[in-house]
Amino acid sequence: MGTLTTAISGWGRYPVQVCELARPERYAALLPDTASLIVRGQGRSYGDASLNENGRVLLTERVNRLLEFDTDQGILRAEAGVTLGEILAVIVPKGWFLPVTPGTKFVSLGGCVAADVHGKNHHHDGAFGDHVLAIELVLADGSRMTCSAEQNALLFWATVGGMGLTGIIAEVTIKLIAIQNSQMTVRHHAAANLEQLFALMQNPAIDDRYTVAWIDSMATGAQLGRGILMCGHHAEDVTTIPQAASQRRIPFDFPDWALNSISIGAFNSQYFRRESGKPEAFASGWDAYFYPLDALENWNRMYGKRGFVQYQCVIPDAAAYDGMQKLLQTLSASRRPSFLAVLKRFGAEGRGLLSFPMKGYTLALDLPIRDAGLFDLLNTLDEIVLHYGGRVYLAKDARLSAETFALMYPRYQEWRAVKNSVDPEQRFSSSLSRRLGITAEDR
Amino acid sequence: MSECILILGATSAIARGVAAAFAARGDNLYLASRDEDELRRSAADLQLRYGVTVHYRVFDAEATETHEAFFNAVLADTPDLSGVVLAFGYLGNQLAARDFAVAAKVIASNFTGAVSILSLCANYFEPLQRGFIIGISSVAGDRGRQSNYVYGAAKGALSLYLQGLRNRLYPHGVRVITVKPGFVDTAMTYGLPGLFLVATPQQIGQRIVATLGKPADVVYLPGFWRYIMLIIKHIPEAVFKRMKM
Repeated sequence: MGTLTTAISGWGRYPVQVCELARPERYAALLPDTASLIVRGQGRSYGDASLNENGRVLLTERVNRLLEFDTDQGILRAEAGVTLGEILAVIVPKGWFLPVTPGTKFVSLGGCVAADVHGKNHHHDGAFGDHVLAIELVLADGSRMTCSAEQNALLFWATVGGMGLTGIIAEVTIKLIAIQNSQMTVRHHAAANLEQLFALMQNPAIDDRYTVAWIDSMATGAQLGRGILMCGHHAEDVTTIPQAASQRRIPFDFPDWALNSISIGAFNSQYFRRESGKPEAFASGWDAYFYPLDALENWNRMYGKRGFVQYQCVIPDAAAYDGMQKLLQTLSASRRPSFLAVLKRFGAEGRGLLSFPMKGYTLALDLPIRDAGLFDLLNTLDEIVLHYGGRVYLAKDARLSAETFALMYPRYQEWRAVKNSVDPEQRFSSSLSRRLGITAEDR
Repeated sequence: MSECILILGATSAIARGVAAAFAARGDNLYLASRDEDELRRSAADLQLRYGVTVHYRVFDAEATETHEAFFNAVLADTPDLSGVVLAFGYLGNQLAARDFAVAAKVIASNFTGAVSILSLCANYFEPLQRGFIIGISSVAGDRGRQSNYVYGAAKGALSLYLQGLRNRLYPHGVRVITVKPGFVDTAMTYGLPGLFLVATPQQIGQRIVATLGKPADVVYLPGFWRYIMLIIKHIPEAVFKRMKM
């Protein structure tokens, strides 16, 4: 099987590293046949989770078949390389939907398990792994093992959120949710500041299956944390099926000056005015509702050729308001523009040993890399997150330190024991796992 | 009547692209290759994505003694067979030029096996006065080059065979189309240096299916390969033999 040695990156386009890519086309060829490898699905993690500098990266994009779909029970089994978009194209017309979906459908099914991704419904439905009925995992010795919450449960919960470090996730079986309609019913609620936003998010009368708050990251002082809470659920009544939005492309890397505090401030003010005027329920197609950025095929180029870092953290309920206020104040004071600032609620912590979600609130920020000062700011944000008992999302991360990681993930030692038992030679290793001290630096 | 199309060598990347393009327009499929596990997976996928009926059966191009039984079994499963796509092939490796055992395998797969199964297909379609045969050959068959001339010779022989078959079946209303893909992004080419203008297997699959709606007999895919090969074929041998290709 031929390999291709080339420089690749995650979705944030930072870091860029030379890796040796292999792209099997047969299911039986999904094998750990090198001393060091990591699987890469669609490369939609942001940092270095799907990179293996100077080592093997196994692409699963050609092992992407749908295998079984029980349309009565809503159970789907597929090869892990298939994307959520391909799954949706088949299940939505049959009246089913994904139980949990991240903000893009251009991710692989296996990646959703490896990062234990979440959506806007975590506070009701948990993370992706909570809906996985079984996986087939290819272990370091090349053997295949079926894992689920009942069978090989410890390995299953080490793999859910395990960032691909326990083995090759080759097949995934998931339980879908039934929908009556492909449309969403949506309501927008405006909040003048962070306090109002938290009050809205905690109000059971306003809460919905899916909730997400857009925050104007440039607002300061009395307006700090102003934003719009967007609530939605799958529509019950039968109406027309909307057309999927057309795909647009970013034709070139935006120059660094395109996104600055003035342009983003102007955009945010306009967006706030426009979107806050929608308190009444309106209908939206599922594609536009769940995947607004997918309509812009390679929106990561907006951040310029030096790339960007998405910083996503969670802070437990009790300290969430104080923590978020402190994070937003620090960000605002830095005058570093964040084009995207999104706040969501998380429900109870799941069983994935390295899973990101914990009961609380999660904030995501997109920060373009303009200079090394950004990394100082992010270290400061880490300290705040740690102080309030929170953690940073590994699927987005490109720069967390090994020490901070160990403090943020208290179940890491438990995970470590599983990793050692199934992969004693540390065959599954990525640039992320070496940076975080999970696998050794020398190979 | 829903038509059924037999794809021989159905688990290659190009064949998967062809199968998807046929299924997308509603054709039922019959997949055949050596690898039963892959066949089962691809068949399930095509049925779920496109809602068509997909059969499959193990087929070994090199085991020519099994071809008649294989083809009879296919006909028993699908009396409405409307066309055949021959998509199998074996590139071999650098040894093919020096080691006859490797060369023999390349010839057995790309040429002998193809002749064996295609004569059965031709004999079936001829009296029915309908049907099509699409043979996937290669631009490598247009001129012998030091880097892959055993493969090229086998594919060149296949192209000639298809040409004769077309001549024989034309009066009987059976289409024979020769497809010559250039560089396609498959396991065969992955990571090879010096590739340019590489097409995806999905694009090639769609174009192959589209040729059925056109009067073409020999199709280069993508189309500009016709001109690349026109130039390559017209380099005088006295010059060509000195070139490193």
